[in-house]
Amino acid sequence: MAAKNAAQRAGVEVRLEDLRRSYAGITALDGLTLTLAPGELVALLGPSGCGKTTAMRLVAGLEEANGGRVMFGGKDVTGLPASKRDVGMVFQAYSLFPHMTAAQNVAFGLSLHKVGAEQRKQRVGEMLELVGLSGYANRYASQLSGGQQQRVALARALAIKPTVLLLDEPLSALDAKVRSRLRDEIRRVQLDAGVTTLFVTHDQEEALAIADRVGVMNAGRLEQLGSPTEIYSRPATPFVAEFVGLTNRIPGTVKFGMVEVRGTELPLVQKDVPTGPATALVRPEAVSLASEGDSVPGPLIGTVIAVSFLGATSRVTVDLGDITVLAQLPTAEASAHPAGTRVRLAIRPDPVLIAREEKAPVEA
Amino acid sequence: MTRSRRLKLQVFRVVVFLVMGAFFLVPIGAMFEFSTRGNSETAPRTLEAWTNIIKTPDLIDAITASLELAAITSIAMLVLLLPTMVWVRLRLPGLHRVVEFLCLLPLTIPAIALVVGLVPISRWMRINMSDSILMLSFLYLVLVLPYSYRALDAGLAAIDIKTLSEAARSLGAGWGTVMLRVIVPNMSSALLNASVLSVAVVLGEYTFANLLNYENLQVAIAYVGLTSAGTSVAVAVASLLFAFALLMILSFVGRPRPRVARAEKTLAPVQLVPPAQGTK
Amino acid sequence: MAPFFVYVGLFLLLPTAIIVAGSFAATDGTFTLSNLTAINQAYMITSFVNSLTISVASALVGAIAGALLAYAVATGNPRGAIRRIVTSASGVLAQFGGVTLAFAFIATLGTVGFVTVFLKDHGFDIFANGVWLYKLTGLTLIYTYFQIPLMVLVFLPALDGIRPQWREATESLGGNTWHYWRYVAGPLLAPSFLGCTLLLFANAFSAYATAAALITQGGIIIPLEIQSLFTSDTGQSQPGLAKALALAMIVIVTIVMTLYTLLQRRTSRWLK
Repeated sequence: MAAKNAAQRAGVEVRLEDLRRSYAGITALDGLTLTLAPGELVALLGPSGCGKTTAMRLVAGLEEANGGRVMFGGKDVTGLPASKRDVGMVFQAYSLFPHMTAAQNVAFGLSLHKVGAEQRKQRVGEMLELVGLSGYANRYASQLSGGQQQRVALARALAIKPTVLLLDEPLSALDAKVRSRLRDEIRRVQLDAGVTTLFVTHDQEEALAIADRVGVMNAGRLEQLGSPTEIYSRPATPFVAEFVGLTNRIPGTVKFGMVEVRGTELPLVQKDVPTGPATALVRPEAVSLASEGDSVPGPLIGTVIAVSFLGATSRVTVDLGDITVLAQLPTAEASAHPAGTRVRLAIRPDPVLIAREEKAPVEA
Repeated sequence: MTRSRRLKLQVFRVVVFLVMGAFFLVPIGAMFEFSTRGNSETAPRTLEAWTNIIKTPDLIDAITASLELAAITSIAMLVLLLPTMVWVRLRLPGLHRVVEFLCLLPLTIPAIALVVGLVPISRWMRINMSDSILMLSFLYLVLVLPYSYRALDAGLAAIDIKTLSEAARSLGAGWGTVMLRVIVPNMSSALLNASVLSVAVVLGEYTFANLLNYENLQVAIAYVGLTSAGTSVAVAVASLLFAFALLMILSFVGRPRPRVARAEKTLAPVQLVPPAQGTK
Repeated sequence: MAPFFVYVGLFLLLPTAIIVAGSFAATDGTFTLSNLTAINQAYMITSFVNSLTISVASALVGAIAGALLAYAVATGNPRGAIRRIVTSASGVLAQFGGVTLAFAFIATLGTVGFVTVFLKDHGFDIFANGVWLYKLTGLTLIYTYFQIPLMVLVFLPALDGIRPQWREATESLGGNTWHYWRYVAGPLLAPSFLGCTLLLFANAFSAYATAAALITQGGIIIPLEIQSLFTSDTGQSQPGLAKALALAMIVIVTIVMTLYTLLQRRTSRWLK
């Protein structure tokens, strides 16, 4: 979705070098290294407790790191408190000061930066217009909807022309419909302002939709950093494959250099998997369906349990007897296999990941 | 939060708790100490003051009277207030504001002021009904209204009495059955709450009793204190412990249920704010 | 239904009406303002001033100390033991008034009280300039014993309503601790703090039992003046005077409680 090349925008480079943070015996962040190009929007994506919010708070200066450095435009800010770092923040909830109007909220940072009254007024007007709330200057937070409050919070954060913009799950507390509209709003505003941005979220759809790059985190470490397409189509680890998008877990057997799943041989992404029984992670888009009677090579036969209409594509759930498999097809094709019909499945020979024997991530 | 700020905050908290702890515990400790003193500065500790309690008939009478008053007032409060509140909720919601206003009105009328207007009424009751101290329970009901109202209101709000009573009535229950077998069992903790609060208020009441010439527990403590400070203090400690025990019971019974609880606004469920009129 | 209104009418509204009517009634039953003007005597005015003084003093001390204690509690673990202990203790101590409290302080700071004796043994005679426990100073000190817990109970909800995001937002916008308190937390907490102080004032102003148990002679505050009218000759010959005093008390407390309610409403709008 990047309309301009990230390097061409204004903004400051933000570098995180081997950041560490632990408290009360728990390691929240275990050596995070990440560089945000000027004007780039990087999304940190992961489940609760993965360390993404901790990372953001270290960048903001709200918490002190136990190790590593944070650099803004080459300058080491690790020792600086939040008030000296010039960061703009938008929180998940309770962003606005309840006793101030929208305009006063936006003006607050400016008055702390000793901006004169006339200039303040002008800038507040500009910012409110930027987020599309020009007529709401005199409303209090309680008189604004959730989405509007977040937009004012965004205006407030940008008013002071921050070095970096930090968004901590800004959409999570909002209704689904408001969420997708506001998501695009935020991206538009961010591109307009050209500010380097870190966006924290647990919603992978959000992250993939608006980010220039996505960093998937788990248990304090960065599992993969790449463009949305890379993350989705070429997950580097089983965790990423299962966290981003849907995955089928299909039992098979690892043989030399590939895994055999129900008669189909699939190349492996990982090189170090021991031979023997294993679970292959297959994307629904890699599964194709044909009617039972068609002479298409595909030894897997099953019954369609359900078809979920998702718009241009549909998701078909097929019962193979011992396991259930999801296939994602263009709706036109999927309509040929309604619930109850018998179908043949084939798996496209894309390289697949093997699931590691790991416990499910603990919800913090 | 930065480390230095966190440290400063912890120091502040420790200092505050230590200072406040001392300020509040010292008088209570002093009461214990005082009540176990011997006859002179060098005499050994004794429980004489405590045994004196039992030996002073006036005191025993006053204690009994106060306990009786507490019981009568609690029961009368429940009988008067609960049906009224239920009826208002079910049948006459328009009166809700009026009832609430009347019940919370005693909070704005100091007991020492109200007693002035109660003198002729008390006198009338003395002449025409009885001059027993138990007549005071009529007057005490007014004092406990605000606290009992709040406790019962919270309990009623937590259960959907409209649905419950309609269901019971549709199954053929009369109103008495609805009250006794449907509503009351579902409000047990609110009822206990309201009762314990009433008891605490009545046991601590001094203003009405003193100025209307009755001798209840607090009046007796003050009177005995004129001659034998040690015994007074002993009774005071005992009544304090008793009130404390009551309120501890309350905080176990009155713990908010998961459905009703608001996250971590865990004030003592004792809604005794502001303190009862007449007890200060 | 009916019994409730009959009861409230008889024992709450009727006495109030008696007070109001009696304040304006002369001994022969005619309308008069002499009861009210009788308040305008030197000793009465002194008592009023004393009542107001100790109410204001104990309210301010209680409010500030109570607010600090509440802040210490609010900044701790919301489910921790300290919080539960302090709030339960506050619930008990806010009710611990009257006679029992007076005796507790006599046992502590009386002429042979525990602390008095302890300090004397170490060379400090706290009553070198007179025994102040049984005067206004002592009374004010004793009042703070239930004012502070009351403040904790009523002010803590407001403190709980302060969200950590507001502090963090202030910092990220370039503000320091002073800015935060001056522009954000201060203005947000001010209505509640003021309202709670008013509540404490009304609480002290209405208090009677503690003073009655402590001060056996003289009516240095209004509640004690009312008490002395019950027993004295003046009280017999001028029954309207006690009622006028009662009316004055009711009016003052009602005004204060109304302001308190309005301020609490403002607070709950911002700090739910």
